[in-house]
Amino acid sequence: MPRVLLIEDDRAVRDGVALALRRQDHEVAAAETGEEGLERLRSFRPDVVVLDLMLPGMPGLDVCRAMRALDQTLPIIMATARGDDEDIVVGLEAGADDYVVKPVQARVLDARIRAVLRRAAAGGVEAGIPKIETYGDLAVDRAGFAVSLRGVPVPLAPSEVRLLLTLSASPGQVFSRQQLLEAVWEHSYHGDSRLVDACVKRLRSKMGDSGHIQTVRGFGYRFAAR
Amino acid sequence: MKADTGRRFAVRAPQLRGLRMRLVVAFALVAALTAMTTGALTFREARIGVLQQSQDAVITLLRGQANRLAPELPVPPSEAELRRFASDMAAAEPSGAWRVLVTYGDLRATSVPGDRFEELTPALDAAVDSSRATVFQRVKSGGHTALVVGMSVTFADQSTTASGVQVFLTVPQATEQAYVDALVTAVERGTVPALALAVLLALLAARGVLRPVRALRSATRSIAEGRLETRLAVNGSDELADLSHTFNETAAALEQSVAELRGMEARARRFAADVSHELRTPLAAMSAVTDVLDEDAARLDPDTATAVRLISQETVKLARLVDDLMEISRFDAGAAVLHLDEIDLAESLRRTLAARAWTDLVHTHLPPPDVLRGRVDPRRLDVVVANLVGNALRHGARPVQLRLTGGGTPDTGRLAVIEVLDSGPGIPDHVLPHVFERFYKSDDARTRTEGSGLGLAIAAENVRVHGGIVRAANRPAGGAVFTVELPLHTHELPDDATPGAVPAKERRP
Repeated sequence: MPRVLLIEDDRAVRDGVALALRRQDHEVAAAETGEEGLERLRSFRPDVVVLDLMLPGMPGLDVCRAMRALDQTLPIIMATARGDDEDIVVGLEAGADDYVVKPVQARVLDARIRAVLRRAAAGGVEAGIPKIETYGDLAVDRAGFAVSLRGVPVPLAPSEVRLLLTLSASPGQVFSRQQLLEAVWEHSYHGDSRLVDACVKRLRSKMGDSGHIQTVRGFGYRFAAR
Repeated sequence: MKADTGRRFAVRAPQLRGLRMRLVVAFALVAALTAMTTGALTFREARIGVLQQSQDAVITLLRGQANRLAPELPVPPSEAELRRFASDMAAAEPSGAWRVLVTYGDLRATSVPGDRFEELTPALDAAVDSSRATVFQRVKSGGHTALVVGMSVTFADQSTTASGVQVFLTVPQATEQAYVDALVTAVERGTVPALALAVLLALLAARGVLRPVRALRSATRSIAEGRLETRLAVNGSDELADLSHTFNETAAALEQSVAELRGMEARARRFAADVSHELRTPLAAMSAVTDVLDEDAARLDPDTATAVRLISQETVKLARLVDDLMEISRFDAGAAVLHLDEIDLAESLRRTLAARAWTDLVHTHLPPPDVLRGRVDPRRLDVVVANLVGNALRHGARPVQLRLTGGGTPDTGRLAVIEVLDSGPGIPDHVLPHVFERFYKSDDARTRTEGSGLGLAIAAENVRVHGGIVRAANRPAGGAVFTVELPLHTHELPDDATPGAVPAKERRP
C-alpha cells in the first residue's frame, strides 16, 4: 500500500482528498502545515508527498526545498492553482517531480501518484540489458535503479532516474519533450514541457555538468555516451 | 489606415488658403494701398509745388526784364531792333536756357537765330492776343517738357494800351521733370520695403496665432490616438489661451470618464477572477470526492443515487467552468504566458483528437510527419483545436473536417493554417460577428450546452497570444468554417548547435 503524505491547509480539501486516496488503496497521512508535514516525514516515512504550494506559515516552496535537502529521492507532487506559473517553475526547480492543478479529481491524482511510484520502482523491468552500463565516468545500474559518477553514488529523484534511463537507453537518439513527457511522466502529448526542462536542469546539476545530456535546439534532448 | 491619411490630406491641401496665407495677403494689401495712396498724394502736391515755384520764378524774371528793356524799344521797331530786344530778353537768364520770340505785327525775331519756336501753340498765341495778363502753357514735345510763357508789352504811361509787341519765352523744364521723376522713384522704392515689412509682420502675427492653433491640433490628434493625458500649456489671457484652457478641461473630463470606465471594467474582471479563485477551494474538495460518489451511487436507493450522480456531474462541469473563467481572467490580466516549443503540428492535432476519442468522428487532412514544424505553445494549441472541433461537433453537423496546411507570405512569415469545417446549417449572419464573445448564445434562449460558453473566446485568446488570427465564416456549400492562422516563428530559431551529431532521421526537413 503506497504511503502518501498529504500537506494541505484547507480542511475540506484535505479530508476530501484523503478520503478519495484511501479509497484508491493508499495509506494517507494528512498534515495541515508545512512544519507539521516535515515532522510527519520522519514518523510516517511516506513513499510520496502531495504538497499544496499555498500554505499558511512556511510556504510550500520552502517545504519542498527542505524535503529535498532531507531526501534527494523522495517523490514530490505539487498541487497548484492554474496560473501560478512562476510557482510551478520554481517548484520544479526546487525538486518537485510533478504537479497537479487544483481542483483535481481523485482519479487523476491517483494516476499521477502511481506514475511517479512506477518511476521509483521501475528498476529491473528492462530485462536483457546489462545491469550496469558505463558511459565515461558515469555508471548507470538499470536493475538497481542507481547512478554513480566517478564511483560516487548520485542520489536522484524518481523522475530524474527515469529520464536518465530513457535517454541513455538509446544514446545519440533525439527525444522530443513530448516524447519524454509521455515516457517519463506518463503525461499527455500536450503536457507541460517545463517538467522536462526543469528535470534536465536538476539532472545536469547533480551530475556535475558532465555533458552527457545535450540540448538539440528545436527538437529536444539526447544522451551522449562518450 | 487609408481613411486617416485621406482625412489628413484633405486638411493639408487647402493650406494656401490657410490662416497664414490670408494674413500675409491682407497685410501686403494694406501696406501696398497705404504706400500707393501716400505716394500719390505726396507726388501730386510735390509736383504742383515744384512746377508752380519754377513758373512763378520764370514769369517774375521775364516781367522784370521786359519792364527794364521795353522802354528802350522804339515803336514800331525794326526787325534788327526786335532781334536785339529778343536777345536781351533771353540774357535775363544767365545759363542761356531761355529762348525768346518777339513779335510785332508780322515781324518776328528770336533770341536764337533761325529758331522756329515750335512749342508755341495757336491756343497760347490767341490767349496772348486777347489778354493783357501773362499766360503760360506747359508743352510736351519730343519727350521733353517745356514751359511756354507769352505776354503783350504795354506802354508804361498808357498801361491799358498794348504796344503790339508780344514776347514769348520757352524754358525747358528738364530739372523739374527730373525732380518729379525722382519723387516717383522714391515712392516706388519706399513701397517695396514697406511691402516686405508688411509680409514679415504678417508672418510674425501668423506665427503668434498659428503656434497655439498648431499645438491645439497636435494635442487633439494625440487625444484621438488615445493619449488622454495630453494637456496644452496655457500662455497669456487671449482667446486662444481660453480655447487651450477649455481644451484642457475637456481632456481632463474625458480622461476621468475613461479612467472610471476602465476602473469599472477592471473591477468587473477582477471580481470574476476573485469569484473563480474563491470557488476553487470548495470545488477542490468537491472534485476530490466525485469519484467516491460515482462509485457508491450504485449501492444507494434510486432517488439518492440520481441526486448523488447529479451532484457529481455538475461538480465536474462547475470545475471546468471555473477553470475556463480563471483562464480568461489571466488573458484579461495580461498574465497569459507562452511556453513555446518546436513541435510537429500534424502530430499535435492528431494527439488532440486522440486524447478526446474524436479520431473517428473527424476527417483529417494533415501533412505527413515533420513537414510542418513550428514553435508554438503545445498546451494552448491543444486547447484551440479541441475547443474549435468540440464546438463543431456540438453545434454543427457531422462530418466535421480538420485541415492543416502551410502558408504565409514573406510579410507574415510561415503560417500554419488550421481549418475546422462542419456540415451544419452554418452560423446566422447576425451571430457571426459575436461567435468569439464570452457566453454569447446565438438563440437568446439561455439553453445550456455542454460547453462553458467560453470555449471559442478562450480559443480566440489563445490564438491571439500566439500572434495569430482566428476567423469564423460560412461555407458557400453550407456549414461553418473556423480558420486559424498561426505564425510558426521558425525564423527565430538558430541552426542546430551541433548539426553533425543529429541522426539523419531527426534532422529538420
